[in-house]
Amino acid sequence: MENYEVHEFDVLVIGAGGAGLSAAIEASGMGVSVGLVCKSLLGKAHTVMAEGGIAAALANVDPKDGWKTHFRDTMIGGKMLNNWRMAQLHAQEAPDRVKQLEHWGAVFDRTKDGKILQRAFGGHTYKRLCHVGDRTGLEMIRTLQDKGIHQGIAIFMECAITKLFKDGDRISGAFGYFREDGRYVLFKAKAVILATGGIGKAYPITSNSWEYTADGHGLAYDAGADLIDMEFIQFHPTGMVWPPGVRGLLVTEGVRGEGGILRNNKGERFMYKYLPEATKNDYAADDKESEEWVNAAVSGAQTTARRPPELSTRDNVARAIYNEVKNGNGSPHGGVFLDISYLPADRVKKKLPSMYHQFKELADVDITAGPMEVGPTMHYTMGGVRVDADTQESRVPGLFAAGEVSGGMHGSNRLGGNSLSDLLVFGKRAGTGAANYVKGINTKPDIPKEAIESAIKEMEEPFSRADGINPYDVQKKLHTIMSTYVGIYRDEKDLETGIAKLEELKSQISKVGIKGSKAFNPGWHLCRDLRNMFIASEAVARSALLRKESRGAHSRTDYPNTEPEFGKYNTSVFDKGGVMTLEQTPIPEMPADLKELFEKKEPAHA
Amino acid sequence: MPDAVLKIFRGDSKGGEYKTYKVPIEDGMVVLDAVHYIQATYDPDLAVRWNCKAAKCGSCSAEVNGKPSLMCKTRMDRFAQGEEILVQPIKTFPLIKDLVTNVSWNYEQNKRIAPFHSDDAGEWTVYQEDIERVQEFRKCIECFLCQDVCHVLRDHHRTDAFMGPRFLVRVAGLDMHPKDDVNRMAYLKNEGGIGMCNITKCCTEVCPEDIHITDNAIIPLKERVVDEFYDPVAIFLKKVFGGKSKKTASS
Ligand SMILES: Cc1cc2nc3c(=O)[nH]c(=O)nc-3n(C[C@H](O)[C@H](O)[C@H](O)COP(=O)(O)OP(=O)(O)OC[C@H]3O[C@@H](n4cnc5c(N)ncnc54)[C@H](O)[C@@H]3O)c2cc1C
Ligand code: SF4
Ligand code: SF4
Ligand code: FES
Repeated sequence: MENYEVHEFDVLVIGAGGAGLSAAIEASGMGVSVGLVCKSLLGKAHTVMAEGGIAAALANVDPKDGWKTHFRDTMIGGKMLNNWRMAQLHAQEAPDRVKQLEHWGAVFDRTKDGKILQRAFGGHTYKRLCHVGDRTGLEMIRTLQDKGIHQGIAIFMECAITKLFKDGDRISGAFGYFREDGRYVLFKAKAVILATGGIGKAYPITSNSWEYTADGHGLAYDAGADLIDMEFIQFHPTGMVWPPGVRGLLVTEGVRGEGGILRNNKGERFMYKYLPEATKNDYAADDKESEEWVNAAVSGAQTTARRPPELSTRDNVARAIYNEVKNGNGSPHGGVFLDISYLPADRVKKKLPSMYHQFKELADVDITAGPMEVGPTMHYTMGGVRVDADTQESRVPGLFAAGEVSGGMHGSNRLGGNSLSDLLVFGKRAGTGAANYVKGINTKPDIPKEAIESAIKEMEEPFSRADGINPYDVQKKLHTIMSTYVGIYRDEKDLETGIAKLEELKSQISKVGIKGSKAFNPGWHLCRDLRNMFIASEAVARSALLRKESRGAHSRTDYPNTEPEFGKYNTSVFDKGGVMTLEQTPIPEMPADLKELFEKKEPAHA
Repeated sequence: MPDAVLKIFRGDSKGGEYKTYKVPIEDGMVVLDAVHYIQATYDPDLAVRWNCKAAKCGSCSAEVNGKPSLMCKTRMDRFAQGEEILVQPIKTFPLIKDLVTNVSWNYEQNKRIAPFHSDDAGEWTVYQEDIERVQEFRKCIECFLCQDVCHVLRDHHRTDAFMGPRFLVRVAGLDMHPKDDVNRMAYLKNEGGIGMCNITKCCTEVCPEDIHITDNAIIPLKERVVDEFYDPVAIFLKKVFGGKSKKTASS
């Protein structure tokens, strides 16, 4: 049998983005031994790409803001399907986490009076996003990374986990390989924290990187956890549409937060007509009011003008753009126009430097001189591992999840900026949860030999089929299925066709083959990643079929209305004897004092 | 449009060869797109690092026609039609495979630098004008292209004695932070080897984030080291008043 190296920790954290690093720092600070693994080099996780900012009700710019308003915005943005307790903890604790990050060395942009500056974002009542130009994620990951490396955490870079092990029903460790040379590694651990991010690579047009192959979703599902809210996939309204090589690359919502205007090919500012009745009153009525708001934002003054319609929630803006393009009002490359060039060039370059360079260098467009072309791109996975709101533990003892891989916090639609804050709040909570959990465990984790052997066998198999199917071809077919049948708009017939096609294609996973050696072989890695992507894709399609309504990011053309009955359930997906099983589980009941916040018409002040 | 011709290094530390590939050109294509096309079509085992495809993560560093570059930012239409495009791994660090090198030395350097520390536990008031410079340094995406091009590391192989431009930028970012209270000057002078830099500015030229590495980071740091260790007035004052407010890092 193949050799493998062995390491042992109290807590193993899988993933070194904002969530994983926060969890590792917290757990090791509590005195337990911590190992941290990531597929890329340290500091390259998705978190590094985040642009617009971190949402936290610091009230530095809009003094009226407070956790209750943030909580309310988050729940309304998620169409009330969020786990209320997570949304509450998130809104309450985000300000402290941001300040902590500052005290660990993060350097945020400042207000005139020397506080952390905050900008507007879709669905947020007040200017709430703490930011560093449009490279907030870089600031966050570098700060956490530089804190984490001095904490005695053992870090394993370019190491991919392919299996979780259990001792009875408890987690007992994980198995993986190093990308560099393909050598295998066994981690014995009393607790595992998943912080692996999302599933974007199941779609062809996405803002997500190669890492987003749904590993955490797949590993958790295989280990017996349940995934909730998988039908909710966030299509970000503004991805680049041209040139082809960058299709899907993100154009930060910060552009609209700074005053960016969306127009169709007739020059019409179309967002006014797509504002839902329920929230229409929160947005400017005409160009004059929008302009007033932007002028106030630029000069840092207070205003009674309401925000421009472009700052509606993402689900809504994405659908609007999709429809404009479909109705023949699109831009030359199949998007719409996003224009910020009416503001002074200096301001655009200062507030959105990386957008300026991204367009200039990749698309030959000067965004200070003319509009960008943008269209929807698969961006974020609302669904994920169901966890306890306070500890982040899943239904599998010893298995925790935080960040994008977990579900519940964002309900049916995430607000921009609420992910980075989610990572800090629940990363830390997962660290505490796991450390407390292992302190109560006295036995050494045991891993059955057969389980290790079968994990090795799974990885070796593709080499025995040098003439097997090219894994990249299977991924391409998966892309076609997901974008054709499980995209922004869905209906029963499409979803059923999609599921049937997924079933059919699934049989090819066991026939993929690879040539070459185990040394840094991306094709070999993909052979294993495909399995995770299929689990997640199937979960998305089946959950979408079961939810016979439209809510947040889930739009059914055959059931266009939001049905109160469906607002009572989360869709839960789990493995039952090798069969993907679905259940509608009641959403946790919100206590009366929080419910009150939704009865008032005015935004709540904390 | 005729196909582009890429010549890519294939091999590992034991040796290798250049392999030529033909790739159909699309509008706005970058070198990384071409490498991905090759991976998906001809050689799934071609090793390359990337994440963001938007010049934000610093993963895809390579030498394209001899120039240290981010592959995701290097447009194919920069090259003449039919021109052979040579793609090599960065040279300064040990090769793992194809376009991937072992950059772990950089992570070790970072770990040796005393981390950020501030005794001020209260609410901070910090003005934008006081952090502009620090924010410039914190734009660094750790692509290590500056490390690749610096002759002290590249030609003289002094990884034993010089931390390289990337980590001088890092120290500058800490040192100029208005709230940081650690003194890293002895470290810079001794283990960091700041004296080995002779201000050739090659690092600044390749930085994809346009950080003025030499002018804004290295030169001011060099001046501070001189003040601290060689300036008789400063040394006198230090003896009388017990040195600067920054504590010396124990490394
Ligand atoms: C372009 C872009 C811009 C964004 N902008 C914003 C923004 O402005 N504000 C905001 O709030 N949100 C933003 N988001 C969303 C936010 O960045 C992500 O949701 C968030 O960073 C995810 O963090 P994470 O810690 O959960 O995962 P990540 O940061 O993605 O980290 C995942 C980690 O898991 C590791 N991993 C995965 N699988 C395995 C495995 N099998 N074995 C070992 N390790 C594994 C990876 O290597 C990585 O280290 C943006 C997203 C994108 C793509
Ligand atoms: S300026 Fe100094 S650090 Fe930069 S390349 Fe020249 S010698 Fe190296
Ligand atoms: S300083 Fe510039 S060249 Fe050097 S690692 Fe950072 S971004 Fe890259
Ligand atoms: S892939 Fe991130 S910098 Fe090129």
